[in-house]
Amino acid sequence: MNGTIQAPSIEYALLAPLLVVFGAAIVGVLVEAFAPRYLRSAIHLPLTLLSLAGAFALAVWQAIKGVPTKPAAMGAVAVDGPALFIWGTILILAFVSVLLIKDEEHFVGSAAAVPGSAEEEQSLVERAAHTEVYPLLLFAVGGMLLFPAANDLLVAFVALEVMSLPLYLLCGLARRRRLLSQEAAVKYFLLGAFSSAFFLYGTALLYGYAGSVDLAKINQALGTVGGQDTLLYIGAAMLGVGLLFKIGAAPFQAWKPDVYQGSPTPITALMASGTLVAAFGALLRVFWVGLGGLDWDWRPVFYGVAILTMVVGAILAITQTDIKRMLAYSSIAHGGFLLIGVIATGHTPAENTSALSGLLFYLVAYGFTTVGAFAVVTMVRDAGGEAWHLSRWAGLGKRSPLLAGTFAFFLLAFAGIPLTSGFFGKYAVFQAAVANGATPLVIVGVVASAIAAFFYVRVIVLMFFSDPAADGPSVVLPSRGTAAVVGIAALATVVLGVYPQPVLDLAHTAAQSLFVR
Amino acid sequence: MEPAEIIQHSGGAIGAAWLMIALPLVGAAVLLLGGRRTDKFGHLLGVLMAVASFVVAALSFMQLLGFAPGERRRGIELYDFIPGLAKVGLLVDPLSISFCLLITFVGSLIHIYSIGYMAHDPNRRRFFAYLNLFVAAMLLLVLADNYVALFVGWEGVGLASYLLIGFWQHKPSAATAAKKAFIVNRVGDFGLLIGIFTIFATFHTLAFSDVLGNASKASSGTLTAIGLLLLVGACGKSAQLPLQSWLLDAMEGPTPVSALIHAATMVTAGVYLIVRSGPIFEGAGTAQLVVTIVGVATLLAGAIIGTAKDDIKKALAGSTMSQIGYMVLAAGIGPVGYAFAIAHLITHGFFKADMFLGAGSVMHAMNDEVDMRKYGALRKVMPVTFVTFLIGYLAIIGFPLLSGYFTKDGIIETAMEHNAILGWLAVLGAGITGFYMSRLVFMTFFGAKRWEPTAHPHESPAVMTWPLIILSIGAIGLGAFLVLGNRFMTFLAPAVGAPEEMPSFHPVSPTGLATLALVAIGAAFAWFKYGRAEVPAVAPRASFLTTFARRDLYGDALNEALFMRPGQWLTRLAVFFDNRGVDGLVNGLAAGIGGTSGRLRRVQTGFVRSYALSIFLGAAVLAGAWLVVGNL
Repeated sequence: MNGTIQAPSIEYALLAPLLVVFGAAIVGVLVEAFAPRYLRSAIHLPLTLLSLAGAFALAVWQAIKGVPTKPAAMGAVAVDGPALFIWGTILILAFVSVLLIKDEEHFVGSAAAVPGSAEEEQSLVERAAHTEVYPLLLFAVGGMLLFPAANDLLVAFVALEVMSLPLYLLCGLARRRRLLSQEAAVKYFLLGAFSSAFFLYGTALLYGYAGSVDLAKINQALGTVGGQDTLLYIGAAMLGVGLLFKIGAAPFQAWKPDVYQGSPTPITALMASGTLVAAFGALLRVFWVGLGGLDWDWRPVFYGVAILTMVVGAILAITQTDIKRMLAYSSIAHGGFLLIGVIATGHTPAENTSALSGLLFYLVAYGFTTVGAFAVVTMVRDAGGEAWHLSRWAGLGKRSPLLAGTFAFFLLAFAGIPLTSGFFGKYAVFQAAVANGATPLVIVGVVASAIAAFFYVRVIVLMFFSDPAADGPSVVLPSRGTAAVVGIAALATVVLGVYPQPVLDLAHTAAQSLFVR
Repeated sequence: MEPAEIIQHSGGAIGAAWLMIALPLVGAAVLLLGGRRTDKFGHLLGVLMAVASFVVAALSFMQLLGFAPGERRRGIELYDFIPGLAKVGLLVDPLSISFCLLITFVGSLIHIYSIGYMAHDPNRRRFFAYLNLFVAAMLLLVLADNYVALFVGWEGVGLASYLLIGFWQHKPSAATAAKKAFIVNRVGDFGLLIGIFTIFATFHTLAFSDVLGNASKASSGTLTAIGLLLLVGACGKSAQLPLQSWLLDAMEGPTPVSALIHAATMVTAGVYLIVRSGPIFEGAGTAQLVVTIVGVATLLAGAIIGTAKDDIKKALAGSTMSQIGYMVLAAGIGPVGYAFAIAHLITHGFFKADMFLGAGSVMHAMNDEVDMRKYGALRKVMPVTFVTFLIGYLAIIGFPLLSGYFTKDGIIETAMEHNAILGWLAVLGAGITGFYMSRLVFMTFFGAKRWEPTAHPHESPAVMTWPLIILSIGAIGLGAFLVLGNRFMTFLAPAVGAPEEMPSFHPVSPTGLATLALVAIGAAFAWFKYGRAEVPAVAPRASFLTTFARRDLYGDALNEALFMRPGQWLTRLAVFFDNRGVDGLVNGLAAGIGGTSGRLRRVQTGFVRSYALSIFLGAAVLAGAWLVVGNL
């Protein structure tokens, strides 16, 4: 120790997408502090959209320029093919979600007011709005970007917290059913903190084992350190718990239905798409790069988790009566299908590439469809807000055939019917799994898909073949933003289902280099 | 000579061959989705799309002729659904382009004719939409480069046929006929479907190029099975024995439909399937033998049915069955027969469409009367219809130098060389054809007037007679053009192969003379019975044989006794079993899953503490499992 601290060398160009998003978030905070109330949302919206679009453009530019072959920022952040693909995906999905968030009526005017109090009345009269939503969202998106790119367990932990904390807040901001929303926020916060502790504990144990938190160094240490295997196994398991919690894999899925149900629907859409993509990216990196040499040990464990997740998601969805809870269980089941892709590692880079590209495609396909489905949910309203109870959706096909038709299409895509994007996602992942000897898992996956198809189709039957309720919900004329979201999602679901080749090729190219070490 | 290799192609009219299918499909979509708004111009749009499709076909044909014969099989890649597994493309080769020209040309003429024929129908737009749908599906059937797309087209024409047979659905007979056609075709389609499954199981692909190129590598037993299954499909669509029963009833549809779908094009799809799958049949002698037997049996059965029908359209339908029997016979003989089968198919498309449209013209004039016993002496009031019909008639009976003479005689000669029994039976069929077609002409256009008092026959408008005139020109000259100098056989060779030694055409051969003699006897017999003698206005009581023919050879009775009644019993049994056995299992399973769901749901208490506990326990299990697995 000579007492001087060497400045780390940082590749600012590589990290530009991250920096743009975080920078915009900080500017957003300044806007909150200094801009007058009536100007805030007029500044926030373009700022948010522009920063997301700019970050996307930078990520694309980076991908065109060439993918670096070694981690950036002194080995802390890995900007490689898969990371860039995931960044692009998250940025588009976030952009689309912002278009939904733009309708401020989803959010409470004054979150601090006690539900039902005079204060709340007052905030409604004043048309108060929490424009903090935008910077919070940008911080969350920044965390989502950093999480799958983190090449170091501590950076990953920081990213996890940066991603999660704003989301805890955002979950509690629903304008209607406020108690449910606040309950969701608290639950998400408590359980999220609990699972983060697991992640951190795992990091500590692995540091104890390998003497480093760098993923590549941990991987090098595997097999060379003697007599410390228990430390390694428990550490890996704890890391797994933290990551599987974010994905919502069973038995760590309990938070998902409650949180998805209580959150403002646009935030649910962001969590169901962006968070899921980020968490899968991080899971892949930690287990393929950091613990890649250990795959014979973690694969059987994930095998069990995947089966349990698919089964729990599919079976529990059957008896749901709340549309958002049903979609939450559907998301859990899809998490299980995606886990099949994580397990489907092969023995050669080519086999790993096909598994990884299948997974990446699935993430894109599912992300778009799920944002679209939640966007539709925001449009079907009762007197008290969204018509959450499924029975209220009866006969919707007769009242608004276009909207019900689009929703039915999204549901078919969830079910994986050919000519929708969902089919190719499942096909790509299952095919890679069969090729790498995980056939039993695929069989469970197909059976779970069949069970899941039941509750998707049930909603379709309900919408088109039941008589509408006399005082049924009305479909609000969508704002331009919401209409655009539904349109983009439907278009993506069609195009990825009919002509998936370009995106499949892109995913393949991204997966080609695999993760840098 | 073996078929040529398929060359990937892009550009030019052939590169845009998909337009042939897309244009009529767009027409159908606009007319069906546009609803009543398109009533005013619906028929014109329908005609325009059919004609545009013909133009693309003609341009593709020109471009194809520009290539050397060995390079005339052009593959066009359209869509790659699952890479390496389900590719869809088109195959433009001499065989498919021949069909395209026939379908779009005759189809366009019939579209035009229908403007006049359906002028007073309130649903004319819908009619044209279905016609366009049919043309699109039929073109997909013949242009597909694999069995899946072929099957899609196959089902598409089946759908269009169903919709058009039942077009006047207010008539119970039409609705029943449509249903019957659909159900009988289902039997054939299942055969085809199982055949396609078998092909996939054997060759692991469904593309023509891979399947047919490797056909010789499969065992002859497999090829026989595939061949017979494809034949079942062909029998259903082409109304061959034993799946012929629907075609006669299909005449309930408007006459242009009978002309286009149930005479000129769709019913020949079976012949197309057999010829296209040639290498499969060539590797399976038994299947080929069965094909020829089915062909001969049908050509005789159709002819016999034709002798006893008083309904002009049904008599023509019997004749269609019979003529397709000839084509199937030729297709079963192998490469020598393919060219004759397709040549006869094309000339038949012309003269049979000509006669059907002629019959439509007569019905139009006679208040939709179809009973020939109420016609007679129409040649003077309907001169154009008469002359064009006469040409079609002379062509079908094989009058020297007209189309049918060359193409049908080619089939008979080839069959005679292949197997004398088949040959003589085909000659006999020609003789019967001479009889029943003459009977039809004499009863309709000659003899005394037996009209209903309300009938005031008149010649049809020009929009209906011009198609007749154009079709009859084809009926005169097309046969000579195709057959002389083996022109068509040489053209078709790159697509289906050709015999080592090209057959030569003998103007005077023993077989040809025998055929002519029998035809002359048949025609003379008809003249004595129906031309010179008085035709009773009500069909007289007849001998056992005639009744046999009038009842369609008891085909319906047979179907009823053999399939319908046992089928009904089987259905009842299946329903019983379904209710007691399958439902119990399925409902039990569903209830089991639902019950599990309901029980599991209670775990979701809503308390954070229990969620945290489940995470904690999960983590413990995970770590425990890891330790166990890791220390194994």
